Parts: sequence; C-alpha cells; structure tokens
Amino acid sequence: MKIGVVTFPGTLDDRDAARAVRLAGGSVVNLWHADANLHKVDAVVLPGGFSYGDYLRCGAIAAQAPVTQAIVKAAEGGLPVLGICNGFQVLVEAHLLPGGLIRNSQGRFICKDQALRVESVSTPWTNGFSQDEIIRIPLKNGEGGYIASASDLERIEGEGLVTFRYVEGNPNGSINDIAGLRNARGNVVGLMPHPEHAVEPGFGPDMDGTMRSGIDGLRFFTSVLNGLVNA
Amino acid sequence: MPKIVVEIMPKADLLDPQGKAVNNSLHRKGNARIVNVRVGKRIELHFDSEITDADLFEAREIAEQFLSNDVIEDVVDVRVEA
Repeated sequence: MKIGVVTFPGTLDDRDAARAVRLAGGSVVNLWHADANLHKVDAVVLPGGFSYGDYLRCGAIAAQAPVTQAIVKAAEGGLPVLGICNGFQVLVEAHLLPGGLIRNSQGRFICKDQALRVESVSTPWTNGFSQDEIIRIPLKNGEGGYIASASDLERIEGEGLVTFRYVEGNPNGSINDIAGLRNARGNVVGLMPHPEHAVEPGFGPDMDGTMRSGIDGLRFFTSVLNGLVNA
Repeated sequence: MPKIVVEIMPKADLLDPQGKAVNNSLHRKGNARIVNVRVGKRIELHFDSEITDADLFEAREIAEQFLSNDVIEDVVDVRVEA
C-alpha cells in the first residue's frame, strides 16, 4: 500500500509522517508541491509545518499548489486524505473541509501532549479506534483555533463531522472544542494535533506514569492501511 | 505604475491579537485617547498598462476567493490607485 506524503516549501513534518507510515507497515511516496502527479498512491498525508512561510494565511498558498489541486480532485473521488496541523489548514483553505483556523486564543504557540476524544470512527483514518476513545498525541501550533460560521457549525455538529474533540481543557479557544473534522463522505480528515509524533515507544507522549510510551498516533496509519488491504 | 489596492480586515467579532498587542503598547506609552487597534492587510496588485473594468472585476474576485478567507476576514475595499 502506497501512501503519498506531500512536501511544500516550508513543510517540516514530512519525514516524521513518512516514518509513521513505514512503522505502520506502508510504503511511502514523496509528493512534491509543484508536481500534479499523485503517482497512483492509495492515500495522501498533508503534514505539518509552515508551508510558504504561512504567507497570506496559513495554508492559503499551498491550497493553490498543483499537487493540492490534484488532491482535491482525487479526494472528491474518494481518495483518503489526512491533513495534520498545517495540512489541516491547507484542507480548509482548499475547501475540502469547512471553517477556518485562527491564532490561539491566548496568543501563544502551544507545544504539549494533548488528550482527544475520537468522536467519529467511520473514516479510513480512525476505523482502528473505538467510539469516544480518549487518545493522547502532541499538539504544537500557533494558529490552531478552529472557527466556523453558525450555519457551518450547525451542519458540522448535525452531521456528526467532528472527528476529534479536545478533552481535559480547550488549549486554544477552538469553537465547541473541535480538534479535527471529517468531510461528509469521511475520506478527508483534518486535525491540529500530530499523530505522526506518537508512533514509537520512547518518543511519544507520557502515558499513565510511563514516560514517552504513547503510540496512539500509529493507529491513524494502521487504520488506513488495514482499510486499503480490506477494500 | 497603475495599481489596484485591496484592503482586508479581520472580522469585527474575531479576536485580533496583533491589534490588541499594538493597543497595549500604545497604552503603555501613555496614549489614553486610542481605545482600540485593529490590524489588517493592504495588498497592491501592479499593472504595466491602464487598468480596465475587467481588471478591477477580476481583482475583486481574487480578493474574495484567494487574498481573503471569508470565514475570518472581510474585504473592505478594492480600488484603483494611480
């Protein structure tokens, strides 16, 4: 199973995302921002970072890139797409997901291990979780405050599109504690926290008194690979 | 050089951390008259020939669809400047 990992100028977490895919048992295809060819990948990860230096707005210029335009078309056909942090910002700027992301309410960059509740398991990226399971993965961003218009928010909540909600406190002022979303079809998922940084014992978040043992992020990648195998 | 100027502001009901920081700084300097500051963007689109109505129309579209994000910002003006 081939998972594409996109690199824009300014992407930072592409190698971590690629490593997560390999640890989950998949093979990685590196996708370049200027190349509209998706090289027949079975799924795509848009990793975190500061694409195009966050110029104009976070994710706005990356949303116009040739590779993103190809991903938008493929996503409309059902290709599984995961946007992490800046990748989530790219997905909202590309209108694959509703709403937008603004500066954290307290005005500071946040870097911490964050607890989330998985509220939708009917996506290729979350089918390995149980409904309402609490997971812990790192959160690190300056502009992670999720907002949406009143009508979008009503639709998001009404259709059960909220995929991850912050628990144990809202870190950044996101409306309704929303940490991540899916589209109506479920193939496109975006979230601010970073699953790719919680995939290997010794390097993940602290869990229940065991230092750095958290690997909850790995299941994002095993979920999509298992789904592809069974498809 | 003829240009079209686009002005964009964060939506009025959204927190504007930049404006707040500038406002706080002004107050620290002792300016009590200014009660609030908001920071937006001015974007210039330069042309090498006279700007047509079609150019201005297209600039409005670009402003609405790419230069701003209507979830978080408002386009407050798109105008031709000499």
